[in-house]
Amino acid sequence: MSTTKTKWTVNLKVYRKKGQKAPYYDQFTMEVDPDEYVLDAIERIWAFHDRSLTFRHACHHSTCGACGMLVNGVEKLTCITYIRDVVEDGGTIVIDPLRNFPIISDLVVDMSLFFDRMEMVGQRQVIPIAEEIVGSSQKAQSAGNGKEYLRLSDCIECGMCISACPIAATNPDYLGPAVLAGAQQSGLDKKPELLQIVDQENGLWRCHSAYECTAVCPSNVDPAWRIMDLRRQVTSQRFKRLFR
Amino acid sequence: MSKPKVIIIGAGFTGVATAHDLALRGFDVTVVDRGPIANGTSGRTHGLLHSGGRYAVNDKESAIECIEENTIPGVIEPNGGLFVAINESDMAYGEDFIEGCEACHIPIEELKPQQALKLEPNLNPNVLVAFRVPDGTFDPLRLAMSFAATAKSNGAKFKLFTEVTGLILNGQGNVTGIKVWDRTNDERYELYGDVVVNATGAWVGEITAMAGVDVPIRPTPGVMVAFDQRLTNHAINRLNKPGDGDIVLPQRQMVVVGTTSFEVQDLDYVPVIEDHVKLMLERGAELLPTIRNTNMRGAYMATRPLLGSGGSGRSISRTFKCFDHKETHGIDGLVTITGGKATTLRAMAEKTADVVCEKLNISAACTTKEVPLISYREFYRLPNDD
Ligand SMILES: Cc1cc2nc3c(=O)[nH]c(=O)nc-3n(C[C@H](O)[C@H](O)[C@H](O)COP(=O)(O)OP(=O)(O)OC[C@H]3O[C@@H](n4cnc5c(N)ncnc54)[C@H](O)[C@@H]3O)c2cc1C
Ligand code: SF4
Ligand code: FES
Repeated sequence: MSTTKTKWTVNLKVYRKKGQKAPYYDQFTMEVDPDEYVLDAIERIWAFHDRSLTFRHACHHSTCGACGMLVNGVEKLTCITYIRDVVEDGGTIVIDPLRNFPIISDLVVDMSLFFDRMEMVGQRQVIPIAEEIVGSSQKAQSAGNGKEYLRLSDCIECGMCISACPIAATNPDYLGPAVLAGAQQSGLDKKPELLQIVDQENGLWRCHSAYECTAVCPSNVDPAWRIMDLRRQVTSQRFKRLFR
Repeated sequence: MSKPKVIIIGAGFTGVATAHDLALRGFDVTVVDRGPIANGTSGRTHGLLHSGGRYAVNDKESAIECIEENTIPGVIEPNGGLFVAINESDMAYGEDFIEGCEACHIPIEELKPQQALKLEPNLNPNVLVAFRVPDGTFDPLRLAMSFAATAKSNGAKFKLFTEVTGLILNGQGNVTGIKVWDRTNDERYELYGDVVVNATGAWVGEITAMAGVDVPIRPTPGVMVAFDQRLTNHAINRLNKPGDGDIVLPQRQMVVVGTTSFEVQDLDYVPVIEDHVKLMLERGAELLPTIRNTNMRGAYMATRPLLGSGGSGRSISRTFKCFDHKETHGIDGLVTITGGKATTLRAMAEKTADVVCEKLNISAACTTKEVPLISYREFYRLPNDD
């Protein structure tokens, strides 16, 4: 945001990688408004300092999920992260690409396997409000008599939960929090074929309840709670099968 | 016989919709953008799938374009919109609004204050009258990606993070290709095509300047502010002439208030003006007073690619125009498409593809009205073959 308030001078230390060349960090010293977002500063690096910097972004208001990065080592949606919340005047902000995804260039990671898995579990992008399963930390979002309305679902597929997950870090085959949360929202009762996908070695029993996913999720999806709920769904299905 | 080659510059709504249309018509399509999909204006759009009601009084041509294109499927919250009167000036505009919507065939339903408040309890309790229209909200990135994915499934290639640095001109000054810089690996190369489509939105003038010509483009940014509660399911519009902060849209767990209208010199970085952010809260609260009790989630801006000169940004028509530079400037091989709205992306693409077909003497009908779009996630799943 542009204001008349005091400007700060901060250093942005940015991860760089091009093609097969070795990665390195570039430092940009910039005048910023503390009430700007981290993504604004990154976009200004591209606009005024270095046209070769690549990063993902689209909506600039937390609805598209493209701008997830590590800010000082923590997963942040950079379009809604205020500079004043991550640094002080004269300080340094370190920007890295998300973890646990292949790096394409600079801050851009390859999310194709993740999207593949989201498609596989049938994560819907538009959900009838009446069918929403509200997580433990969420309020029902229906304004008024919301029964017949549809809304875009909470998960913006930013991949930040995968980046923060200690299991995903050691095992790339682990489906990961958002994917399991997607399966929970699709519902085993509505999509029984999901059982095979989630009830397996790299599925929901891998989760060690680190709750890192829920901590970094910018959209209140609460994947950790959803994984636990999915376990309950699976156990109760097994139980039912036992007595059939 | 090999397929005719078209290069499209820009992977915003206009570029991806044009790629989808031309791929269906059998062209060999390559889309080039200097950033990721929808990094320009498109990704940062407010997100209103317009019924046309906003333009029904003063800009009927774009109102009709909107209502005719109001049915994009997919990543949409199709919950309708309300035009709401709060004061006498709004009521006076209501008369013109009814007439304008009738003339443009936009279906409206009049609601009494109690009915409107029952539908949307967070509305200003002083609402005098409301009209329900077929508005919706879309997810900008995913809407663009659905078109891009479908184009890709029909053979279109995408070269993202690849900036166009120049046009290749032949001996007659006609455009035969582009010079590009792949920013992911710092490589530079050339691409040749039978036609180059310039779909760079507010930036079209920078591309046409590479061929030494001008287009009448008036880049006009606007500010939007997202708040962290979903206070409405309908798109809420102020029943009055288009002005600042007079639309509040629901989106996921948010409402987004927009917009303003100003002019800038440098398009690559436009600051969000703090006074505009305050104004969005003030104006938004006139429609939904409880906005004051929510937290701001994000403030952002985007730049409209408006056509024409003269008049203020608000009074310029929202229609689109396709320039065949052979006709306008005697330069063959280059077509520019700009103006318009997200809502009219399919129609803009149809017009552009028609122009390309005509230039290359190819008869192929537009099928984008009938062909369904595939999931946006396919964009990542499909290989990018060369
Ligand atoms: C504030 C605001 C609110 C809006 N709200 C709505 C709304 O609610 N509903 C609606 O229907 N419409 C809305 N619009 C209009 C709509 O967003 C635009 O008409 C539309 O996004 C324009 O799309 P485009 O593809 O033409 O341009 P862009 O999306 O800007 O695409 C142009 C692309 O060209 C690329 N490019 C530029 N230069 C180069 C180069 N040298 N080499 C390679 N690539 C290049 C850019 O990276 C960019 O991706 C709004 C516009 C604004 C500004
Ligand atoms: S669950 Fe949350 S963190 Fe994970 S992808 Fe979805 S929105 Fe992002
Ligand atoms: S840019 Fe869309 S979520 Fe940040």
